[in-house]
Amino acid sequence: MKVLRDLFRDFRFTVSFIVLVIILILAVLSNFSPYEPTLWHVVPVDLKPSAKYWLGTDSNGQDIFWQATFAVRNSLIISLIAALVSRVIAILVGMVAGYVGGATDRVLMFISDGLLVIPIFLIFVLLAMLVRQYMNLVLLGLMLSLLSWPWDARLIRSMILSLREREFTKTAILSGTGTVKLVLNEYMPFAMPLIFSTLINNMAFAIGLEITLAFLGLVNLTIPTLGTMLNWAITYQAILLGRWWWVLTPVVLSLFLFIALYWLSVSISEYLDPRTRIQRVGA
Amino acid sequence: MTFLKRYLIPRLIQYVLVIWLGITVVFFIPRLIPNDPVMRMVNEMRARGSTLEPGAMDGIIRDLTEMYGLQGSWLDQYWAFWGRLFRGDFGVSFFQFPTRVNRLIGTAMPWTLGLLVTTTAISWIVGNIIGGLAGYYSRKTWSRTLDAIAMVIRPLPYYIFAFALILLLGWVVHWFPITGGASLGALPTFTWVYIKDVLWHAFLPALSLSVLGGAVTFQTMKLIVQNVNAESYVQYAKLGGVTEGRIVSKYVIRNAMLPQITGLALSLGQIFSGALITEIVYGYPGVGMLLYNSIIRADYNLIMGITIFAIVGITTAILIVDLTYPLFDPRVRYY
Repeated sequence: MKVLRDLFRDFRFTVSFIVLVIILILAVLSNFSPYEPTLWHVVPVDLKPSAKYWLGTDSNGQDIFWQATFAVRNSLIISLIAALVSRVIAILVGMVAGYVGGATDRVLMFISDGLLVIPIFLIFVLLAMLVRQYMNLVLLGLMLSLLSWPWDARLIRSMILSLREREFTKTAILSGTGTVKLVLNEYMPFAMPLIFSTLINNMAFAIGLEITLAFLGLVNLTIPTLGTMLNWAITYQAILLGRWWWVLTPVVLSLFLFIALYWLSVSISEYLDPRTRIQRVGA
Repeated sequence: MTFLKRYLIPRLIQYVLVIWLGITVVFFIPRLIPNDPVMRMVNEMRARGSTLEPGAMDGIIRDLTEMYGLQGSWLDQYWAFWGRLFRGDFGVSFFQFPTRVNRLIGTAMPWTLGLLVTTTAISWIVGNIIGGLAGYYSRKTWSRTLDAIAMVIRPLPYYIFAFALILLLGWVVHWFPITGGASLGALPTFTWVYIKDVLWHAFLPALSLSVLGGAVTFQTMKLIVQNVNAESYVQYAKLGGVTEGRIVSKYVIRNAMLPQITGLALSLGQIFSGALITEIVYGYPGVGMLLYNSIIRADYNLIMGITIFAIVGITTAILIVDLTYPLFDPRVRYY
């Protein structure tokens, strides 16, 4: 509890925590939606926000508020799949490269460096073009996870490299601890905070990429996500026609989501790294 | 000599290997998908109602089969693929049929390069200078204010930020044109009027790219400088009575710049992707717009060509940045 109290002292943590809780509530609300998210023309089209339709309705005849709850939920699902799977890859690659070292390390690091510098966005476009007809939430999440691990694998590797030199590693090995057990029991606790903060960053990255791919029309446009909502708004020229409530809903939601995720990760990693914490407090 | 052996040659080998890795990934992606990409592409084009004469369609099927290199074993295909690349042959575009992919990319490239090089240079240099100063004077109010602004801008994706700028500056207050690279019908000539027109249209895309890039550079630079500040040689210089301007420029920023050069090299790929998206949002006639059109028309050849160009271009740019590194870091020069 002391940890939480310390974290809440940072106003960025407090703000992002509140925003994320609100967004989570929105996502949960999608279960109580009176409308089916994939059906069109269930409400009158192009209505301004009113007491009956809180955020108005769009040109597809969908209620924007309830549509937004589904969009938030689906964007979060995609980003969670992407972030969790890529975390597993990053942990495996980072730990193997750091612990085994030698040629294995060089090959793995070469691959991750290579993936870091090539424009993976274009590779995504290529991939998405080809699997467009099978596209769904899970597949999109898996695709995003496939290429977003290299940076974090690097971080974990360098952490393992320094842990390997520590005294307790030798003690553990000499007292007969197996490699798997050593890595899982002794190294994981050290790596956990790092993994958590990269997890948050990775979620933001996945949501951003989903929006971009949706804007290019490369995802399944019938599944509401923040990206597809925006895509429909643009397709129907909502800006030029002055339907601001339609454009602003996904834009404002994603602005808040991105800023909240970033602030959460910054405040947590600053809390975990006492050096930056001291700089912030100004000792 | 040792510099050559320990820095230059490993770096060149890495350069070649990364290009090989990237292009190999591009080669294998269509092959790992369990359906015939050629017929799928052709069907998709038909479904979109592209009207082409029968001869053209045959050409496309042949071209696609060849571009995917679907004759022979994977190894044969792989060799043929590289053979074509070395001849600089990316095939023809489908949506502008007989035009070669190279020509299309060649026309779009100057726009993207102009935008990308200018904004990257501006954002990197300005971001570093302001970030350095803000890091050195981290207790001042202006430094904290800038930091707070960067905290808000930094997490925004290129797409959302560009969109917000359009809404605000192009649509609400009408200060800037919201689309295009030049006024409609303007002839590309070397007159002041035309150049002014181009710059006018480039302003918003350039602004969104430089502000986003600058925010990242600013933040990382500020953090690094704050760490350098705590080093004993800075304290020593202060106690020794070295003037503050000299400490900031020669001791602090000079040292803090080194990781920033590496950082620039590592983020070039991301910056490039961001520029493509920004171009699409603003309808700027560069490679990004070309990519958008080719996605809409399912022009696989063109997408492939753009990707391969980008891989080679970006790794080359990174190589150039890395090769200038010894100019800034004498330790690398005198191994």
